[in-house]
Amino acid sequence: MKTFLRETVFSLIAVVAAFLVGGVIVWMVGDRPLLVYELFFSSAFGSIDGIGYTLFYATPLIFTGLAVAVAFKSGLLNIGAEGQLIAAAFATAWVGLVLPGWPAVVVVLLAMCAAVVVGGVWAGIPGVLKAKFGAHEVITTIMMNFIAVSIVSYFTQYHYRRQGDPILQTLPIASVSEGIVTGPHIPRIHALLAPLGINFPERLPLNLAFLLALLACGVVYVFLWKTKWGYELRAVGENPSAAEYGGISISRNIVIAMSLSGMLAGMVGINEVLGYRYRYYDGFSAEYGFTGIAVALLGRNHPLGVLVSAILFGALIRSSLFIDIFTDSVSRDWVAILRAIIILFVASEAAFRFVSRRRAQRAEG
Amino acid sequence: MPDENKYAVEMRGVSKRFGDVLANDRINLAVAARSIHAIVGENGAGKSTAMNILYGFYSADEGEILIEGVARSISTPRDAIHLGLGMVHQHFMLVEPLTVTENIVLGAEPLAFGRILRNWTAFIFALIGFAGGLVVGAAISLVLKLIAGFELGYMLTGAMLGLAGLVAGWSVGGTINHRRARRQVREISEQYGLRVDADARIASLSVGQQQRVEILKTLYRGARILILDEPTAVLTPQEVSELFAILRSLRDQGKTIIIITHKLAEVLALSDNITVMRDGKVVGNLATRDATAEGLARMMVGREVLLRVEKQKAEPREPVLGVRGLTLTGAKGHALADVSFEVRAGETLGIAGVEGNGQTELIEILAGLRAPTAGDILFEGRRINRLGARSRKRLGIAHIPEDRHRRGLVLAFDIASNSILGVHRDAPIAGAFLLNQRVIDKRADRLVREYDVRPPNIALPASALSGGNQQKLIVAREFDIKPKLVLVSQPTRGVDIGATEFIHRKLVELRDAGAAVLLVSAELDEVLSLSDRLIVIFEGRIVGEVDPRSVTEEEIGLMMTGGRARTEGRSNRPEVQPD
Repeated sequence: MKTFLRETVFSLIAVVAAFLVGGVIVWMVGDRPLLVYELFFSSAFGSIDGIGYTLFYATPLIFTGLAVAVAFKSGLLNIGAEGQLIAAAFATAWVGLVLPGWPAVVVVLLAMCAAVVVGGVWAGIPGVLKAKFGAHEVITTIMMNFIAVSIVSYFTQYHYRRQGDPILQTLPIASVSEGIVTGPHIPRIHALLAPLGINFPERLPLNLAFLLALLACGVVYVFLWKTKWGYELRAVGENPSAAEYGGISISRNIVIAMSLSGMLAGMVGINEVLGYRYRYYDGFSAEYGFTGIAVALLGRNHPLGVLVSAILFGALIRSSLFIDIFTDSVSRDWVAILRAIIILFVASEAAFRFVSRRRAQRAEG
Repeated sequence: MPDENKYAVEMRGVSKRFGDVLANDRINLAVAARSIHAIVGENGAGKSTAMNILYGFYSADEGEILIEGVARSISTPRDAIHLGLGMVHQHFMLVEPLTVTENIVLGAEPLAFGRILRNWTAFIFALIGFAGGLVVGAAISLVLKLIAGFELGYMLTGAMLGLAGLVAGWSVGGTINHRRARRQVREISEQYGLRVDADARIASLSVGQQQRVEILKTLYRGARILILDEPTAVLTPQEVSELFAILRSLRDQGKTIIIITHKLAEVLALSDNITVMRDGKVVGNLATRDATAEGLARMMVGREVLLRVEKQKAEPREPVLGVRGLTLTGAKGHALADVSFEVRAGETLGIAGVEGNGQTELIEILAGLRAPTAGDILFEGRRINRLGARSRKRLGIAHIPEDRHRRGLVLAFDIASNSILGVHRDAPIAGAFLLNQRVIDKRADRLVREYDVRPPNIALPASALSGGNQQKLIVAREFDIKPKLVLVSQPTRGVDIGATEFIHRKLVELRDAGAAVLLVSAELDEVLSLSDRLIVIFEGRIVGEVDPRSVTEEEIGLMMTGGRARTEGRSNRPEVQPD
């Protein structure tokens, strides 16, 4: 309990402090902070629509937050979740495009596999490069981001776009008419809850992928803290020399951690393609991969923390539109500022810890 | 000598708290001028904290410090140096690519133009250069305009020449007078009899010579009071006696010397007075002529301790480990060259040598953490070169690594998690997928109890344990696999007397139970008292085998530095058996 408090207190302080500073900014531009706070809570959590959208926006962030957290637990910084999820999302749509007329269930399952596998491979390559040649994963994953964006744009533009479509997107894999989706897709929460007699509004895009995200949180937790592989992975992250001493292969765990990380990031494609747009839309990612770093940082690389902070970031996205519209002088950029302040505060905690550890070490020596 | 200078250093009621730990509890310490004063105590007793307060690394929470009779506040090492204190750290603070002279004068270099306003010479020169550049630049553009009608721009020319002047002034003002530096270093080294080549690069010096450079550094800065932190930890016996001669001569020339150590024999041989610390308190001040090793040990630990290892004569049986022509070639040449020996069940083979002569590499190769360039490793007659660390552990090879923080423990993990490192894939600790937490906790609870790891709370992170308890945890984990062979490296480094006694007893018990023990230690006492046979390693070669019961420290010391005293090296190379 004590460690739990110590772990979370800085994140809580960061969030509260960010809101306070954000309030000051609102006041400085000549608006009422309380109104903005009120708008934030009411739009993100005040209605079933608000909650639905908040969770929908949170879904990709849960995946990317988990992705960054898993890599971080083995001592790696996966900056490439963005490229991994882009490659994976395209692969998801691609499966639907090349298998027309196949049973929807089969296509959906194959497409899900494609998302996971392509994400895993896209991150696994930097993993192998690190394990074999010592290439730093920050550099290689950033490079893989550019490669993913370029290749996917190319294929979308020249091979899978409908003739004359001014938007850079692939052909649809499922069609929507009057709210009924035909073709391979995963159901929305509405369709899942209706048989249980619960009426969840059909208009909300929240879909099965959110439940997958919750499941992923649980699986990641069990994997990291309850399995022998998770033990090895964490040991490599905490002290590679000691892990090696314990007969744990550092290079193998680097590849495993990166691949798992990419698989989680790739699952964003399931939400985007199979659950929401039913096609690959170029530039769909609102920097989910990079926001995932902040989510993992704020969530202390723990699945539960990732879940909570992803929902917070989802709420920020949801409320930005409302704050923009219903205030006189606060624009949606306020939310971006808030996010930046949260990251700053969390990062300053890392600096604080670093200094206090240095002191402790000096005290020992 | 006026009366106020009777004590060079006095600490009165000095306390220091780190979080929950009272590292220094109202320390009273009086160091007589022109004496050698030893501060002894176990790890964590607060010796280093007290000296770090004295040297300005920490500020005391309460209490006062008197230097040569005057109360002083010392908040940075700079203050301490100013008051005539000098500190030689256990880990040297030298810049390896630079020469001896450069290292000694570093930060207090004699400058070509002297020191203006203490250290501001370069800055003042830079300012002058900058102003000069501005003026000259402006003048040039003015002259050009008047004579040639050519517009150059005051601002631009002035700024550029000003910057050039700044750089030039800085460099000129900061120029080191190398000749003077070398002369000063030579003078000091002659005055105090600390022979060292002023132009040699640090990297080319032996550890003992590097230590001399450290001492010279403090003397160059005008130290009258020298603090030495565990100065003998890295030295050969010969180097130790040379160091002691130097320290005695420094004392005779009027310096005061404070030495922190835990080696009682050295304290008794060298010091004039002794202060004993335990649990952050001073528990005794006495003159060395009144002290005995047993008495000091009792004061340090707070109970009777067995300083000597009690063991029966070994009854060696069949060979367990055979090493044949082991060679490791690295970037710097041979780390190990044609090393061959064998260890039998029921005996302890010691390896003596100055640190860094291949011991680390040897043990890591045997443990499966490094691959040799050539040679065979035989375990119970079977070649195990290709087996990884975990497979070797499964065969019954335990390994106590020399660096418990780097290798032996994952400090952030709790005790329970650390207790399974290396056996974490074996049943019943691990199932097909999951770790069996109940089994792990039960086993960890048992280990902590049997090996007296304190505090016995398996949920604590390993980082919360003291050095001795961390080591006991590693010993517990490794001995619990019922090893047939134990690779032990520096088992009691930084470990308190109580835990040392415990670990030594366990090692002897294990040997008596029929295990083969290979022991590497930088502590000569340790290898001499634990080993049944002893081989000496120098620059990656086995230079000879000696009988630990009859050999003298001088003989071993000579062999450790490459001199061949006498060798009874039998070459009983084990035969390779096809597997």
